[in-house]
Amino acid sequence: MQLDPRLVALVRTRSSPLVGAIVLGALGGITVVVQAWLLAHVIARVFLGEATRAQVATPLILLLGAITVRAVLSWAADAAATQAAAAVKHELRDRVFARLLERGPVAAGRERTGELVTTLTDGIEALDAYISRYLPQLALAALIPLTVAAVVLSRDLLSGFVLLLTAPLIPIFMVLIGRLADARSRRQWRSMSRLSASFLDTIQGLTTLKVLGRSRAQVEIIRRASEDFRSASMDVLRIAFLSSLVLELVATLSVAVVAVEVGLRLLHGRLDFEQAFFVLLLAPEFYLPLRRLGAEFHAGLAGTTAAERLFALLEAPAPTRPTITTAMPATPSIELNEISYAYPGDDNHGSAARSALSAVDLVIEPGEKIAIVGPSGAGKSTLARIVLRFVEPDSGRLTANGVSSQAIDPDDWRRAMAWVPQNPYLIADTVAANIRLARPEAGTDEIAAAARRALAEEFIARLPTGYDTAVGEHGTRLSGGQARRIALARAFLTDAPLLILDEPTADLDPRLQNELDVVLEELLAGRSALIIAHRIPTVTTADRVVVLDNGRLIDEGPHAELLERCDLYRRLVHSYGGDE
Amino acid sequence: MKNLLRLLRLVRPFAGEVAAATVLGVATVGSGVGLMGTAAFLIASAALQPSIAELQIAIVGVRFFGLGRGIFRYLERLASHRLTLRLLGRLRVWLYEALEPLAPARTLSMRSADLLTRAVADVESLQELYIRVLAPPLIAVIVAVGTGLFIGAYRLSLAVVFVGLYAAAGIGIPIAMHVLGTRNGDRLTRTRADLGAAIVDGVQGMADLLACGWGAAQRHRVKELSLCLVRDRERASRVDALGGAAMTFATHATVWIVLVIAIPTVRAGFIDGVGLAVICLVVMAAFEALQPLPAAANSLSEQLAAARRIFTIIDARPAVEEPAMPVPISGAPSPPALDIHGLEFTYPGSDAPALTGIGLALPPGRRLAVVGPSGAGKSTLAHLLLRFWDPTTGGILLAGRPLSDYGLDDLRRLIGALSQRIDLFTGTLRDNLLLATPEADIAAIEEAADRAELLGTIRDLPDGWDTWIGEQGLQLSGGQRQRLAIARVLLRDPKLLVLDEPTTGLDPVTEANLLRSLHRLMDGRTTILITHRLVAMEEMDEIIVLDHGRMVERGTHRELLAYDGLYRQLYEAQQLTLNSESGIRNSDFPPAPQP
Repeated sequence: MQLDPRLVALVRTRSSPLVGAIVLGALGGITVVVQAWLLAHVIARVFLGEATRAQVATPLILLLGAITVRAVLSWAADAAATQAAAAVKHELRDRVFARLLERGPVAAGRERTGELVTTLTDGIEALDAYISRYLPQLALAALIPLTVAAVVLSRDLLSGFVLLLTAPLIPIFMVLIGRLADARSRRQWRSMSRLSASFLDTIQGLTTLKVLGRSRAQVEIIRRASEDFRSASMDVLRIAFLSSLVLELVATLSVAVVAVEVGLRLLHGRLDFEQAFFVLLLAPEFYLPLRRLGAEFHAGLAGTTAAERLFALLEAPAPTRPTITTAMPATPSIELNEISYAYPGDDNHGSAARSALSAVDLVIEPGEKIAIVGPSGAGKSTLARIVLRFVEPDSGRLTANGVSSQAIDPDDWRRAMAWVPQNPYLIADTVAANIRLARPEAGTDEIAAAARRALAEEFIARLPTGYDTAVGEHGTRLSGGQARRIALARAFLTDAPLLILDEPTADLDPRLQNELDVVLEELLAGRSALIIAHRIPTVTTADRVVVLDNGRLIDEGPHAELLERCDLYRRLVHSYGGDE
Repeated sequence: MKNLLRLLRLVRPFAGEVAAATVLGVATVGSGVGLMGTAAFLIASAALQPSIAELQIAIVGVRFFGLGRGIFRYLERLASHRLTLRLLGRLRVWLYEALEPLAPARTLSMRSADLLTRAVADVESLQELYIRVLAPPLIAVIVAVGTGLFIGAYRLSLAVVFVGLYAAAGIGIPIAMHVLGTRNGDRLTRTRADLGAAIVDGVQGMADLLACGWGAAQRHRVKELSLCLVRDRERASRVDALGGAAMTFATHATVWIVLVIAIPTVRAGFIDGVGLAVICLVVMAAFEALQPLPAAANSLSEQLAAARRIFTIIDARPAVEEPAMPVPISGAPSPPALDIHGLEFTYPGSDAPALTGIGLALPPGRRLAVVGPSGAGKSTLAHLLLRFWDPTTGGILLAGRPLSDYGLDDLRRLIGALSQRIDLFTGTLRDNLLLATPEADIAAIEEAADRAELLGTIRDLPDGWDTWIGEQGLQLSGGQRQRLAIARVLLRDPKLLVLDEPTTGLDPVTEANLLRSLHRLMDGRTTILITHRLVAMEEMDEIIVLDHGRMVERGTHRELLAYDGLYRQLYEAQQLTLNSESGIRNSDFPPAPQP
């Protein structure tokens, strides 16, 4: 039996449609009995009572009524069950997504996006079958056979016992065989997905194979791999399908046993035909719910698997939001005091936690421009993430004008900042919508003004439909330089007092670089800035340069002073061409 | 219809297995019909209290069908799954064989658009062509005919009524459900794609969204789309529920109608009372074969859509064609000369040429660097040299003959290519190295690895050459991947090298080490190095500078620096870069994960 207690608890909070579905299903079970009785009655009267159609008109009309009611109940039960699933799915999806946002971009970056999207779309939809079909079927598989058995027992004790004795065989055998096949079929499923992944690998690597002149030789390899997989799978399936063999055998053999046993007693006049035929009609209905449950087995499995993953996402720890908040100051002085941070390890990939910042002190005064430099892995990006509150420090204090960040809502905190990352993300929407992200209430003219100041206007005008051109995942692809200008336009639109900027490391066209320098100069005017610097002009014009190494702040001061006294800084500045 | 026929042609090699699986499927449903028919016969006959001998056959029949059904079901499932798996293998080979000539010119763009992932998934859904689409109607038709004949033996009019109603339910209900479901289904697919995109934006773009204060808005957007999806799904389920109820009603209403029509014929003596009981139960049991039909109608339209997507991909014409009479390449004893004249190339569907007016002569064994800002057309030149595409005008001569004179595989064996992106395949390190030269022995492999400065790394691994690469396997660093690729090239000992940005993405220390290995590799080979990193350029015999698809400067490193042009600008911009990615102080950490 596949029941996830957390999922059951969630379903229980909105269980009325589900209870409705079960009640309707049980009522349907009763109409099945009534229908069987009426059919047996009509046939018996025509067959042995030599009744005319007119004489059985009443039971015939009642029979048609029972058939209609049965169909309506079946429809109503399914429709009710669907409703039960809808509310749960919607709530779960919203809660999981909200939790992802709370955990922040660094935690989200560790998830595989594709898998996450599948979990949040198809995974949650898999709960539909689980809630609306598997759960009610679980209840009905108990209710309907008991009802049918009670009716049969009241008519014919022996047949009733046959049904009651054979019924438990079904779950027992299914569990036994299920256990036997389970581990093997799981392994087989894994090798199936591996085979599929390796096929995709081969196709995506076609260019490489071609360059190596080996692409045609792969056909035989693919053929062989498929063939090996097939024969291995068949070994597993031969066992896995035994459970359905047992299910069918028990169900049909029992009907056969009932038919023969009833027939023989009929022969000796110990039972009348109507009762016997009624029992025969009911016997398959007794097993039907159990067989349906067997058919929903996969829905159950898929549902519990999806639920496991969803609850893991839901229960992942997230930073707590302050209950009483103070407003973010309009022109904040940001102070980092003894800040340390380590990225958590990942048990799945066997990676250990690694320290990224240790006891860093830094003050960003209003209007001050600070450049951060350091070798790769020194903690530059982590420092920016701390200031943006994408991660919460493990220890130390982060304050704005002396107010602890713990007392300020993170969204409010970030309102004081504009961020221009190395590779800006474009959402799957229009160019205008992508700029508008920075200020939802901005009008078309404000967006155009921001684009103009970011020197983005010219390339936007050349796009197929200008500002309305779709970009992002399914839209026009923008070059790195173009995406960067969208991010700069966002920053102009935000008009925040503090700018956090990650200079591109990828070598830009020098002519483009000169243009962007002009834009940046305008953007920096009158703001404080924290710049992860990769170019020499940036450090020479900054008010202060901060040197990071191995997560520690090892020195800070103006460019000229650092050049004098900081060994690491000198080596960072001296280019490998060796002209200086 | 055309697509359906084309799809069926893929199943044709398995006609025998299709027949066997179908026969078993019919036997399964037939046993159910037989069980109910013989049971009704047994009980009804017994009610007339004949001698027990007269019931023996019926008793045997009941037992046979009771036992047979389970066994037939088991055999049928085995047969149909065997067929499914064979079909999958065949479909994969078919897709691969169709894609192979199209690669890479046609597949490069598909790859970025995720079309290939889609095609692989589509092939996986097509494997169920028999089980989901072909089997249900085949079995239903045969059961209808068989049951109709049986009832016809009692009374033709009853058989006609049964077949008519059975066909009406079997065709009408699936079609009605499909019509009711299609529009909603399309909407559902769209909503799901939109929701997926909103979630991707929310996850991959979370940092940008949060920094813009857009977190709550994105949550709201996901919530709205989620609600739409849930509603769409609810509508779809209601259609399913309606279909299920309609099928239940059709089953029992047909029994009822047959019963109502049959009663007077019993009175008139055309059929006996036993026959009445038998016919009613046989009709009821025969409807089992119709249950999977609505799902089959939906699967059919899904599979046709999948087939259409695949056909569109594979029907593309290859960008280059194999020559009718390829010129043999005889061992290539010496490095070839390369001659490019009047070269112009425009990508299909683009209106501006990616390269124009390129002409140069590269004597055997010389080293040429091609540099320029991104988008200048450098990689396009590499692709033309590897003959992924043919030039629009002008040509490339290799050892005095046009590239198109050589066999494609021969040509690519002659050229050693390295690019920024190294594809490794699931398998062992050895498998990956032997990919190009399966016949190489271990001594040759070790020598190549040694010259690529990879041997030490491999010897330090616990599993050595048998180390597994790929999912759950060893993660090679960028530098190690490149060295593996160099070893691959060394094993083949090509006389022409095309190196396309081989050091991009590596830190300068790794870059410097790798360049040393690469320069050794260039000895005695004609080389074209495409790069935007102006490092060790004095080692090159000649440099050409591309800008917007044109050759704007050419000369040696010294000459180009002396000339105040684009090369010098690029060089100076590079000198203004901090050494921050150089790992001067070699930290033990990989770069922080990007949000």
